[in-house]
Amino acid sequence: MARTSRRPAARKKPTPRRGGARLVLLVGTRKGAWLFHADPARRAWRVDGPHFLGHVIQHMVLDPRDGRTLLAAAKTGHLGPTVFRSTDLGRSWKEAARPPAFPKAAPDARLPGRSVDHTFWLTPGHASQPGTWYAGTSPQGLFRSHDGGVTWEPFSPIHDDPDYRRFMGTVQDGTPDGPKLHSIIVDPRDPAHLYFGMSGGGVHESTDGGATFAPLLDGLEVVEGFDPADPAFHDPHCLRLCPSNPDRIYQQNHCGVYRLDRPSRTWVRIGRSLPKRVGDIGFNMVAHPRDADVAWVFPMDGSTVWLRTSPGGKPAAYVTRNGGRSWQRQDAGFPREQAWWTVKRQAMTSDACDPLGLYLGTTSGELWWSRDEGSSWRCLARHLPEIYAVETGEPR
Amino acid sequence: MQVYIPSPLLSYTGRREVSATGGTLAEALADLERQYPGLRFRVVDEQGQLRRHMRFFVNGRQVFELGHALDPGDSLHLVQALSGG
Repeated sequence: MARTSRRPAARKKPTPRRGGARLVLLVGTRKGAWLFHADPARRAWRVDGPHFLGHVIQHMVLDPRDGRTLLAAAKTGHLGPTVFRSTDLGRSWKEAARPPAFPKAAPDARLPGRSVDHTFWLTPGHASQPGTWYAGTSPQGLFRSHDGGVTWEPFSPIHDDPDYRRFMGTVQDGTPDGPKLHSIIVDPRDPAHLYFGMSGGGVHESTDGGATFAPLLDGLEVVEGFDPADPAFHDPHCLRLCPSNPDRIYQQNHCGVYRLDRPSRTWVRIGRSLPKRVGDIGFNMVAHPRDADVAWVFPMDGSTVWLRTSPGGKPAAYVTRNGGRSWQRQDAGFPREQAWWTVKRQAMTSDACDPLGLYLGTTSGELWWSRDEGSSWRCLARHLPEIYAVETGEPR
Repeated sequence: MQVYIPSPLLSYTGRREVSATGGTLAEALADLERQYPGLRFRVVDEQGQLRRHMRFFVNGRQVFELGHALDPGDSLHLVQALSGG
């Protein structure tokens, strides 16, 4: 049973970040990118930006393996998509020599050729594979780079698999700004073990480094009246693997919040214990990096015409501390009413500090953060363009 | 031929007017790509289709085919037809 708590939890004195590591927030928006640098105590922030003013920045990620390589997925107005790369925290940028692009279809190809509209998701590869990155695109495509994002190649059999192409549907079936491949996850114990989600098209897993993929859908619900056995009807919004227990994955789906504990193949709907007036629909999911029982969602109104706003105009995060058996409301600091924004799937994340910092960006261009694991929230920036993505990084 | 570059592509060329050679629009774009790497993919997708809001005018007349023949004295305008907010 969820309960409401506006009182912040007992304050813990923040511990210094590992080795005095710096912290940077990477904010991608509909009109450019911003970097927010934290001071050593994580109390004040220095803004750096805009970068790529006027470009759509779907995702910006700092490579945790070198603390230097920063990739940004960009699309400029109506120009084609590309990826920019920086190794000096955005002081200079260089465009990828070969951005993600599908192969040109042969004239006699059974399936029509496709063109990347935008790169939507960026994931650094396994720690043992420096320089390897994965990218998910709209329409759904999976790409890989072995040179830190300079050149990209399609690497997955799903692109030319008739079944997968059917799962992906058409642009008409996808999200309002295009169907997407997202949530690319590399098992930290095994670089050949991969997951991804497709909106639409379901959750898929590979245990052979991407040579083959198979759906991972048992227990997931779909819109009433459709066949849950058919991946085409599934719409996972965000998957998060727990770093402290890589056998556990949380998922925010179009049809609820779920948990999967491997080796099981059956997702368990854990969002039913959220308050009925709030529901368990949303875009994002955050897993605590050190405690696999702790995770956050940021529900939105998925009723009637699918409003995609904060339920009742009262934004709140919800945290579970027991793997989804119960949830607590965290809204201290947020507007108490008449706040109709929401948080997109890449726009909520955490740092690795203790206590954990949480960060989210809104569709109304506000950047919010909590330095006490969600017990209280404060606004870090206002008046940005619509925020698409918020990530943290520790530059070296 | 003279090629007129729209403002979104100035980050590649640095100039509004550049020169290119080629007997067709496709060849002219290939020459622009050689001179300004990355430019072509921003206006033509991987299936060889003009991107949705890119327009090409030769001597003031709109052309739609990459195979359109060009003469050395032609002027080529690349235009971005902006829309949306």
